[in-house]
Amino acid sequence: MSSIWIVRDYIRCTGCQRCEVVCSLRHENRIWPEASRVRVFMPFPGVEVPHLCAQCDDYPCVKACPVSALSVNTQTGAVIVDDGECTSCGLCITACPGTVPFLHPSTNKAVICDLCGGDPECVKVCGDAGYDALRLVKENVGAQKKVHAISPFVLAKDLAVNLFGEKGEEVV
Amino acid sequence: MPRGYAGRFLDVDLTRETVQEITLPETILYQYLGGRGLAAKVLWDRLGKQWSTVDPLGPENILTILTGPLTAIHPGSRICVSGKSPLSNGTVGSTASSEFPMELKCAGYDGLFVTGKASSPVYLLITDHHAEIRDASHVWGKLGEDTIKILNAEVRAELGKRKPNIGLWREPAMVYVGPAGENRMRNAAVLTKVVHAAGYGGYGAVMGSKNLKAVVAKGRGPLPEVAAPKALEIMLQQYHTRLISMDSMRRWGTGYAGWYFGAVTSSEPVRNWQEEWHDERSMAGPRYSSRFWVKPYWADFNCSRSCMKISCIKTGPWKGDITDMPDYELEAYCGTNLGIFDPADNIHISALIDNLGMSGINGPNTLGFAAELYQRGILTKEDLGFELPWGDAEAFTKLAWLIVKREKIGDVLAEGTYRAAQRISALKGVDVMPYVVHVKGIEIGAHGTRSNEDFTKDIAYAASVQGGDHTSVVNDGYNDLSSVFMDSAVFCMFCAVHDLMWDFAQVVTGWDLTRHNWCTGQGQRIVALQRTLLLLGGPDIVWDPETDDDNPPRFYEPLPTGPYAGKTTDKAFVDQRKQDYYAAVGWDARGIPTTETLKRLDLADLEPTVKRLRK
Repeated sequence: MSSIWIVRDYIRCTGCQRCEVVCSLRHENRIWPEASRVRVFMPFPGVEVPHLCAQCDDYPCVKACPVSALSVNTQTGAVIVDDGECTSCGLCITACPGTVPFLHPSTNKAVICDLCGGDPECVKVCGDAGYDALRLVKENVGAQKKVHAISPFVLAKDLAVNLFGEKGEEVV
Repeated sequence: MPRGYAGRFLDVDLTRETVQEITLPETILYQYLGGRGLAAKVLWDRLGKQWSTVDPLGPENILTILTGPLTAIHPGSRICVSGKSPLSNGTVGSTASSEFPMELKCAGYDGLFVTGKASSPVYLLITDHHAEIRDASHVWGKLGEDTIKILNAEVRAELGKRKPNIGLWREPAMVYVGPAGENRMRNAAVLTKVVHAAGYGGYGAVMGSKNLKAVVAKGRGPLPEVAAPKALEIMLQQYHTRLISMDSMRRWGTGYAGWYFGAVTSSEPVRNWQEEWHDERSMAGPRYSSRFWVKPYWADFNCSRSCMKISCIKTGPWKGDITDMPDYELEAYCGTNLGIFDPADNIHISALIDNLGMSGINGPNTLGFAAELYQRGILTKEDLGFELPWGDAEAFTKLAWLIVKREKIGDVLAEGTYRAAQRISALKGVDVMPYVVHVKGIEIGAHGTRSNEDFTKDIAYAASVQGGDHTSVVNDGYNDLSSVFMDSAVFCMFCAVHDLMWDFAQVVTGWDLTRHNWCTGQGQRIVALQRTLLLLGGPDIVWDPETDDDNPPRFYEPLPTGPYAGKTTDKAFVDQRKQDYYAAVGWDARGIPTTETLKRLDLADLEPTVKRLRK
């Protein structure tokens, strides 16, 4: 099935949030950080965590949806939200091990990364800038993708220590 | 609604505990844009008549926290803080990089005007089309790092409670003051993100004087609509491609310059500007990047320049200190100007200054000034409580705390270098004014004029409406007005691509913003207004253009060392260039805007006031 995936290398994220700029321009025709499918959490300056769908092999969000508003694109493996069907119940959010989906600030429908149909904009700008915090791989990553469906706050605590040593234990 | 704007501003009165939404007429926005320009306009309209009696640290002053139409849309998101400056008694458009202005615009606001004084410490919480005043007594006295940590967690929890079902709330963004601002140190900054400061102007003291610890914003809306959305996408691509191609700035930031401006251009302050030359290669990129940079590419919203780098000290006495790079200005002011040439010591002082909430240029200028007085035997161990030799990072740490706590001589030094020098001259019966490196009460950025090899020449500071501010220096009265544009449209000068900038402004606003229109119109209008407010001054100091439109005495002393030894700023040339500048912007021989200029710039309402300034 899924043959593409976005690898995330958190420590390389600069916090520029250009991923959010281009994601929202593509999906919303506006610069709209809180409607972006990828959101960079930064609970302390310098500790930046790009947070986006990991396309778990077993798709707990899709299974949790009571109205079948979520489906999997067989070409990309991305979770596709049918806005017409979504009832904003939030069960996909609680089913996600990383609490990745969220409700759109305007439509109140679930928002999940659709991999831009196979050519993600976020990856392009991150790569062009030479950061590669987000990178597209064309290999079958399989079940291990799920370890990336994880709370950005858990990762932030780890990153803080990686960056700041003992001091990192205090800041997040 | 003009494009690029969220459309609404907040009028906050902390005495009455009221928050009100207001709009401003499109003509005003067109004439002043936002940030620095709009601040001057609103301050003039609301306080102009009684300007010289307004105490910058009194409740009547207005603290402005403004974005501009290009903010967050143009690469390099910045916030512009202004008000009546407790240093110059005029206005300064003081900017800092942050996500805060993006959050503010996404919440539906272009900025805030804050007046009055809260009865106890408060912070403002701004969410989608809503603002509230909240208790801040639990963060009062906290250093920058703790303030961010506590308010991030508290606000995220509060917003999560209000709307629990939408998924994970991201942290908000904020501007805040440290203990320096709370204790009204005149060189306190308004800070954001631990290490970014709106430093020039002393607005941290203004914010502290209002008992306002922080302004926290979380917006879930989009950024404002632009005039030409398709063109914007193309221009953003072009812009970022250009910024990414500027490799050395991305790799080193300005942090390479700690050696360069010392050894090559000989314009870096050393030991309170007694010298401007050194050849210490420790003070540059590799020694910092190899040992201390934990994030070699760091940026703010919509910036691909990433000239910021995060430093952290992981061993030794300063373990756990975090700062950015430091950039050139703080390499100089928290380093060479204190006789410090060790990267760890430099990072430590820089981190301390940020955490305390001083302006990293202006606060340490006072530290260097004090050390020169100690060197000359004018300040002693009795005044300080400790010895203060050059290069002693521990001693400068003690001095920084002394100032922030306003203890002993620190209480005098907290008044900023110029005012402190006046008081120390009286206290000690010695004229210490020759050792003050300032223009109009604003300590000068880390770029000297004596070698004439830096970008700061002859009248760079002397004729500037923002005094010693190195980000707004003067040259010909035309090209220099671009910086007024960046501070008023509000974006980062390091993200400006000059041949794309004006097209970008048109694409966002739809207005006829061209370089020429700006440099003969809005730009001149804003500096004429700032000039008027600066010369009105008061209540404690009124500047005399004939004597105060000048460099500090030290800039006329010959450089003692280095490749330009013996060279000094040419006073006769300064006087000639000043006249050229005045003429270029339509001011008379004393630098007062003429009647005709005011009329041409649609500033006729200033005439009765300006008339009194003319002789």
